[in-house]
Amino acid sequence: MSHGHDHSHGSHGHDPHGHDHHEPGFLGKYVFSVDHKVIGIQYAVTSLVFLLVGFTMMLIMRWQLARPDEAVPIIGGLLARLGITNAGTRSLLPEGYNMLGAMHGTIMVFLGVVPLAVGGFGNYVMPLQIGAKDMAFPKLNMMSYWVFLAGGIVMLASFGANGGAAQSGWTSYPPLSNIALSGQTWWLVGMVLLITSSLLGSVNFITTIFHLRAKGMSLWKMPFFVWGQLVTAFLLLLAFPPLEAAGVLQLMDRVADTSFFMPAGLYVGDKPVTSWTGGGNPLLWQHLFWFLAHPEVYVLILPAMGIVGEVLANNTRKPLWGYKTLVYSIIFLGFMSFIVWAHHMYMTGMGTAISTFFQATTMIISIPSVIILTCFIISLYGARIRYNTPMLFAISFLPMFAIGGLTGLPLGLAAADIHLHDTYYVIGHFHYVVAPGTIFALFAGIYHWFPKATGRRMNEFLGKLHFWPSLIGMNMIFGPMFFVGIAGVQRRLWTQVDYNLGQLTQSWVVFSSVGAAVLGLAQIPFIINFFSTALAGRKVTQNPWDATTLEWAAPSPPPHGNFLTEPVVYCGPYEYSVPGKKSDFCPQCQPMEA
Amino acid sequence: MSHELLPYTVKPHPITAMYSGKLGTWLFLASEVMLFGALFSTYILLRVANPVAFSHANTHLNITVGAINTFVLIISSVTMVMAWAALHEKNLGKCRMLLGVTLACALFFLVVKLVFEYKVKWDHGTFPSTNPFFAIYFTMTGLHALHIIGGIVVIGYFLGPGSKLYATNPEYYANRIECTGLYWHFVDIVWIFLFPVLYLL
Repeated sequence: MSHGHDHSHGSHGHDPHGHDHHEPGFLGKYVFSVDHKVIGIQYAVTSLVFLLVGFTMMLIMRWQLARPDEAVPIIGGLLARLGITNAGTRSLLPEGYNMLGAMHGTIMVFLGVVPLAVGGFGNYVMPLQIGAKDMAFPKLNMMSYWVFLAGGIVMLASFGANGGAAQSGWTSYPPLSNIALSGQTWWLVGMVLLITSSLLGSVNFITTIFHLRAKGMSLWKMPFFVWGQLVTAFLLLLAFPPLEAAGVLQLMDRVADTSFFMPAGLYVGDKPVTSWTGGGNPLLWQHLFWFLAHPEVYVLILPAMGIVGEVLANNTRKPLWGYKTLVYSIIFLGFMSFIVWAHHMYMTGMGTAISTFFQATTMIISIPSVIILTCFIISLYGARIRYNTPMLFAISFLPMFAIGGLTGLPLGLAAADIHLHDTYYVIGHFHYVVAPGTIFALFAGIYHWFPKATGRRMNEFLGKLHFWPSLIGMNMIFGPMFFVGIAGVQRRLWTQVDYNLGQLTQSWVVFSSVGAAVLGLAQIPFIINFFSTALAGRKVTQNPWDATTLEWAAPSPPPHGNFLTEPVVYCGPYEYSVPGKKSDFCPQCQPMEA
Repeated sequence: MSHELLPYTVKPHPITAMYSGKLGTWLFLASEVMLFGALFSTYILLRVANPVAFSHANTHLNITVGAINTFVLIISSVTMVMAWAALHEKNLGKCRMLLGVTLACALFFLVVKLVFEYKVKWDHGTFPSTNPFFAIYFTMTGLHALHIIGGIVVIGYFLGPGSKLYATNPEYYANRIECTGLYWHFVDIVWIFLFPVLYLL
């Protein structure tokens, strides 16, 4: 219940001690800052680093799949010291593959995409867009970041644990995870920290949006991005605690030998398991886990949709088509996301009646997603589109998310899922949603708001050099996974070519791995662009995109307290090309008559 | 650092009728409901699967000690709300005295829990690993005890160094006591569910 400000600076401005104005030092300004913009950048940079780490893990795995049992290039020797590769041959060990698999998923979701989308963009952009000076609880905001960082460090440090990092997949299903080595305990501790950070953040986001909107900023004048953050915050607030409970229960199973998830009469490798009395239920974990992890899918996608909405409206120079429909759709998505979780569990034998229920809710939840996509596509109709880098990423989000979403329908139907469950088809499906979907939207956001955060605009040529190979690379990786999965190749196989089935699809697997290399190379222009622009990029005005929303009414970068004069909102968020106006955009903070 | 407070830090927002800290506290409590809700669901599932273990095991719990602790927690909730009311009478001394009583009740609860419940169980060789009932018993009461410890830290802070805020901004201080109270009542309510579910059913 931190309220975040020095006590001596209460509402009594005449307090004589309140005026000894001293600038915060370097630490207070850039490290232990309570300014939402600094915290946003801290989140963004940290999560970009984690995205790169998670991506590198995937590259190592793809090497093993394409070139089974060959020495991992460059870092093979280093990985041997962590027990990931064989010390002699430097090829990936099966347990190393499992570690990388589990940690790739965990890092990408909990340390990469969500902190960038919510911690980074949410923190930086949302208060600016609603005309607030800061988040409602600035100290709590700082604490969210440091707890998040601690969770990330625990996760990475788990590679040094006895037996290495967690190996039970990002889903950590018991009983496998209960009998796993100590890396799993580290994973659980890391998760509890990350969940705590998310909870603190979500309380802050909701309070800020409800309490700190500028004068005139009614709910229906809020930019779509802010709506996306609001629904996301509610999902984080209400879906994460059950996973925290599940994490505590698994921790008890591992540390205090309780049997929450351990059935009686379990055998591992022909030996009866005797450390646990039994009486628990492994399905309980799956229910608690997916009760979080399905809403988590919408936590991954809603901020991305918000970013895409902003960039589309700005670069089509048209109002977002069906703004209210979009908002109602994401609110409905938010509600529905709480009652679809067991569609991840059709194969567990939980019963056809339950499967039927979750199949029905799953089909229903696809409706608002299609509505959102339709609104975005209609927004493009008849527009004179500015094809700058943010727009290219935002526009490519639409077909990529569509592929990801539509390939999810067969998985949502219990009968089709019997064949497709746990195959590469699933991997292809959710990566299309999250990788070329959400991550492209996040790139769009970086290019779009970079001039706001730094006062400098990123290089267009390098941007396009980043975009086109990334688009090709992403589709090379994930497209073939649908064929490989339909052919029946299971996910999490260390060497697919050891199976007859895998030999038939091996050429596609190699193709995917080449795509991963292309995608990796495509990030080099981005990294160069990011740093060179931040240091010496072309300076731009405070509103280089001729945008309407409030963040562009603040200086670039905005000072502490954000706005020079308190903004007042007169019109809706997307007043582009209003007929009869001289300028093709009406900023929210200017009366329409002006 | 900001030299003036953000809007609605002290005064209520016209639409939500709450200051920011209060709204934040309610949201936090909503997440806590989900946390304990998941654990109560776990209890139900384990009980359905292990009817014998559950029907015998709770006879090993000491209902008298549990009832005394329940009573003490309810008293502490009353003194908590009286501490807040004392601030409306502009009586900081009375408020701090009542916070002290609340703190004493909380400490009493913890000591009883540890000495007359946990330790007795451990001496009899009953641990979380004994059976599913004691697994959920120790987990839920342990997590609840952690919440009590959290409450002790917060109440202790506002009883001690935190009470300096009263001199500069009494309304702000009263708000903080109110939020602490909301949390404390929630911890109390969780116990009021835990007691019948674990000891009596």
